[in-house]
Amino acid sequence: MPETTSRRGLIFGAAAAVTAGGLLTACTSNEPSDKSDDKKTDDQPVADDKKGKQVTIGFAGPQADHGWLNAINDNAKERAKKYADVTLETTEGSNDTAAQIGQVETLINKKVDVLVVLPADGKALTQVGLKAMRAGIPVVNLDRIFNTPQAYRCWIGGDNYGMGLSAGHYIGEQLKDKKNAKVVELAGLDNLELTKQRTEGFDAALKNYPNIKKVARQAAEFTVESGQAKMAQLLQAQKNFDALWNHDDDQGVGALRAIKQAGRDDFLMVGGAGALSAFEEIKQDRGVLKATVLYPPTMAASAIDLARALGQGKGISGMAEFEIPAHLTLYSAVVDKKNVDQYMPTGFK
Amino acid sequence: MSQPASTTSPAAPKSDPAAKHPRVLRLDVRTLSLLGVLAALVVIGGITQPDSFLDTDNLQLVLTQASVIGVVTVGMTFVIISGGIDLSVGAIVALAGVWSTTVATQEYGFAGVLFTAILVGVGCGLVNGVLIAYGGMVPFIATLAMLASGRGLALQITDGKTQMVTVPGVLKLGERDSYVLGIPPLVMVFVAVTVIGWLVLNRTTFGRRTVAVGGNAEAARLAGIDVRRQRLYLYLLSGLCCGIAAFLLIVLSGSGQNTNGNLYELDAIAAAIIGGTLLTGGRGTIVGSVLGVLIFTTIQNIFALNNLQSDVQQIAKGAIIVVAVLVQRRTASTSH
Repeated sequence: MPETTSRRGLIFGAAAAVTAGGLLTACTSNEPSDKSDDKKTDDQPVADDKKGKQVTIGFAGPQADHGWLNAINDNAKERAKKYADVTLETTEGSNDTAAQIGQVETLINKKVDVLVVLPADGKALTQVGLKAMRAGIPVVNLDRIFNTPQAYRCWIGGDNYGMGLSAGHYIGEQLKDKKNAKVVELAGLDNLELTKQRTEGFDAALKNYPNIKKVARQAAEFTVESGQAKMAQLLQAQKNFDALWNHDDDQGVGALRAIKQAGRDDFLMVGGAGALSAFEEIKQDRGVLKATVLYPPTMAASAIDLARALGQGKGISGMAEFEIPAHLTLYSAVVDKKNVDQYMPTGFK
Repeated sequence: MSQPASTTSPAAPKSDPAAKHPRVLRLDVRTLSLLGVLAALVVIGGITQPDSFLDTDNLQLVLTQASVIGVVTVGMTFVIISGGIDLSVGAIVALAGVWSTTVATQEYGFAGVLFTAILVGVGCGLVNGVLIAYGGMVPFIATLAMLASGRGLALQITDGKTQMVTVPGVLKLGERDSYVLGIPPLVMVFVAVTVIGWLVLNRTTFGRRTVAVGGNAEAARLAGIDVRRQRLYLYLLSGLCCGIAAFLLIVLSGSGQNTNGNLYELDAIAAAIIGGTLLTGGRGTIVGSVLGVLIFTTIQNIFALNNLQSDVQQIAKGAIIVVAVLVQRRTASTSH
């Protein structure tokens, strides 16, 4: 109990400090109008592109063994370079919980101003998030959420359930005039919570379209190899269907391969996550892939923005508050032939 | 147990035909058991999914999916019969696959991709072989090191990105146009490797030496066999199979990825075990291992056609391995 009290007090203290900072900023903004010309950029309540207080951001992500994770790392680094007042300290990245805990602790010991953490496993790394918060280093939790809000100051991530909704609605609208339409689903790793959420969102969206029935679902493993193997089996099991939702564009490379190998082109396909290869297929419009639903790796860039604002004691552009929000869930936009050009630069390889 | 077997072996040529009969019968019983299991699976598949299971497309699908892991398993079987183990096969498949799909390699076209895949496979096999045969390392440890190094190097080459195949000849090999008499080229390669593997194991001095080394390495050495060189060649053979498998996999998937070949080592070992290969060495057949591969692939196929999810498949796979090992023990007891 004393420890708990101590922990809570520390966190409250940190929050109070942030609040006090906000209040001070608010007081400053209420200076008499005849002195407004003298206001320094540092005193503005909202972070902008102008150089401000120097901030060291620690970034710890998982090992980039998938294109999306690789894009996360790239987005974070590129964004940090954009700001003269940001110093980025990165770890090499690991998918092993113990190793990643060690890496985060290294950043804590370096006394960075703000931590950005994309945990390999959100629940398993909660303790190290708490440790950072207790050490007075606020944490921006990226995507895979920690077990308790006390382990982070702000969470930003994608919407897995929303991916399913977007895919389901897109397919639903394409097939709404077709009687007894059949759809199949190619999921990612089935032992992950996010995969279940995607499927739940998909099923929920399809409920809006009584003419559509989901006739099969198989899970691949977010890899090209598994995508090809499972899709080949789905095609064999289902001789006729009208649409396919594949959860992940990386395994989608394999799925498209299986579709081509089987010589099938009698259905439409929607992908997931937003790979460059998927965007290119959609743009060319020569195959079955007509759209993909995003899970934006640009969230890492936004996390850097949030960490910088947090480190400078400011809010973010586009929001009236003097502090960054506690949670930000990103929208899963549909990318199809009409808007693919706009998204091309964000595609992961 | 193995010593009596090796004692019997040299006596075999001099014995009357009756002495050969029990050995042949034993082999047949094991093979027939596997064929029985496969037949049972075909019946189950035919009953539960008559429209999609029992047709040419599905046969092509099962055999194609068996071909990559099948080729790996042939190499693994040789290694295990010799008393060794190779945990690095999956990593080697991944490494050979990514190395042969780099932009630089693909500039050399079909031949460049194929040659690179095989060269990397053999190169890794050579490293394993030297460490084990001449470095005195335990096979488990040496190939575990290669597993880690191979995966690491594959990740370094790709930087986590998917490397798309752009060479038309490689891609075309995986498409329907390339089928000859309805047989996919990948399946032809698998069959060829199987036949060659069977011939090497059963009809060559190399094969007999492999069994001898696995049965009793010291006795083999005393019999004049260069045990170390034999072991080196066996890991080279395993590496070669991985190189071929890597090429088949990039034809199939159209890309190289550092995550390719995931857990191939477990799949290959499992197939060899249910096929009758002893982990202690000295006994095993190519036919048995290949039937093991086909059994696992057919099960996977039946599960997918019935829209059952992968967690149940893993349980079924584990159960089959346990049953196969128990049956093996019973057979071993009987042979005593």
